Amino acid sequence: MKCRVCGKLYPESAINFCVDDFGPLEVTYDYAKIASQLSRAELERRPATMWRFQEFLPIGFDQPIVGRNVGATPLVKADRLAEALGVKKLWVKNDAVNFPTLSFKDRVVSVALSKALEFKMTTVGCASTGNLANSVAAQAASAGLDTFILVPADLERTKILGTAVYGARVIGCLGTYDEVNRLCTQIALKYGWGFVNVNLRPFYAEGSKTMGFEIAQDLGWRFPQHVVSPMAGGALIGKIHKAFNELYATGLVDTPVTTKMHGAQATGCNPISDAVKTGREKHKPVRKPNTICKSLAIGDPADGIFAAKLVRETGGWAEDATDEEIIEGMKLLAQTEGIFAETAGGTTVAVARKLIESSRIPRDEEIVLCITGNGLKTQDAIFDTLEEPSVIKPTLGEFELLSGLAEARPEPVLV
Amino acid sequence: MAIKVQIPTPMRDQSDGKAEVEVNGETVQAVLDDLVRQYPGLGSKLFDNGKIRPFVNVFIDEEDIRYLDEMETKVADGATVALIPAVAGG
Repeated sequence: MKCRVCGKLYPESAINFCVDDFGPLEVTYDYAKIASQLSRAELERRPATMWRFQEFLPIGFDQPIVGRNVGATPLVKADRLAEALGVKKLWVKNDAVNFPTLSFKDRVVSVALSKALEFKMTTVGCASTGNLANSVAAQAASAGLDTFILVPADLERTKILGTAVYGARVIGCLGTYDEVNRLCTQIALKYGWGFVNVNLRPFYAEGSKTMGFEIAQDLGWRFPQHVVSPMAGGALIGKIHKAFNELYATGLVDTPVTTKMHGAQATGCNPISDAVKTGREKHKPVRKPNTICKSLAIGDPADGIFAAKLVRETGGWAEDATDEEIIEGMKLLAQTEGIFAETAGGTTVAVARKLIESSRIPRDEEIVLCITGNGLKTQDAIFDTLEEPSVIKPTLGEFELLSGLAEARPEPVLV
Repeated sequence: MAIKVQIPTPMRDQSDGKAEVEVNGETVQAVLDDLVRQYPGLGSKLFDNGKIRPFVNVFIDEEDIRYLDEMETKVADGATVALIPAVAGG
């Protein structure tokens, strides 16, 4: 592992920051060696899961794997959504149907818990806005690990239920995600448990790359011109780009990466998009996030600096969407593509629309939208905005009356 | 009465293994300067060209100084200052 600030090297262990400057640690690879061992043909022969790309993940082939079936979600050619947004070439990378818990977090947790087994840990946990909680609880159950999950106490019921059902100890904390996160850092430092997004974070974050590998493979081993990714902690957008760079570094894709990376946040918690739009190097933390998009409600994103830098350097941009725009985005995606994404997906669609309308994304270029979670988990957010179903007696007459089919016939006149 | 600074585990090789160090000072800057005076090895870990490093967060009695007056935040006698690595979560 290597510090992203000073470059100091570390052997693999359960630590996420450099002891010299607190900088984040990142896993390193021998790309020349991978290039000599791996070909497109070999990758295509392997089972369709994220572990197809194991050479690019920090888990050795002799190590146990948790979540063997994660990943390989559909890259959907989204022509009807494209028409609605006024663009020509659009795809949706649909991690709303990831296995086992319907979000991209299954990818990162699979790597983190595999590492936890390698480190002989027996208790794992996380700070979570919900999706991560679901995935850690489910995959830890499958691996027989004890689990502590800390979440903000005001989280969506569905996300709490979808954690507790796996037998995890769920602890609701009276505070924001950032406060929960800090508590987890203190617990991890004191007790040495495997917190997937604290002391296992360097390994965990690598799992996100598989979303990028799969996008490139499904496009026919090439890169799109634009990617729009939601940003919470800011790691995913960077890891997708890292994946593209690694495919080029190992010759699996022939052309250098010119993809413009765009980031999406909610207006009620927009530290990174604000930093991009105001040209600030380091984001200003948001103390009290206020948005229906709870999965992106991280006020003090750990990768904020890196995400803002990446967006700027690749020629992308960042935007944020209001709660109303988020709901509209969710409905648009559902009604054009039949994909029910959670609030973060609505945010990504809404931000893509803004970037297209402001010409940050040209209408004739290729765009991939990253949909990271499932709408069934955030039903609370849109329940009141949908029409109640009509109720009729089960008679043909009432149905025809309701659906307007009866209008052609004269109504019986009541005297 | 003095102020207590909590040192994160991986930094304790520079604080003689101590988890908590007693210091004096009226602001966060003064408190951390006194900490570095006592344990010079912590200086380069916490500061870069005199500025606090971007990946360390400083809390006074559970409150992030970025929501207060940053390094100029007043520190009361008896307060606890925590140095917490920022690269977690998400």
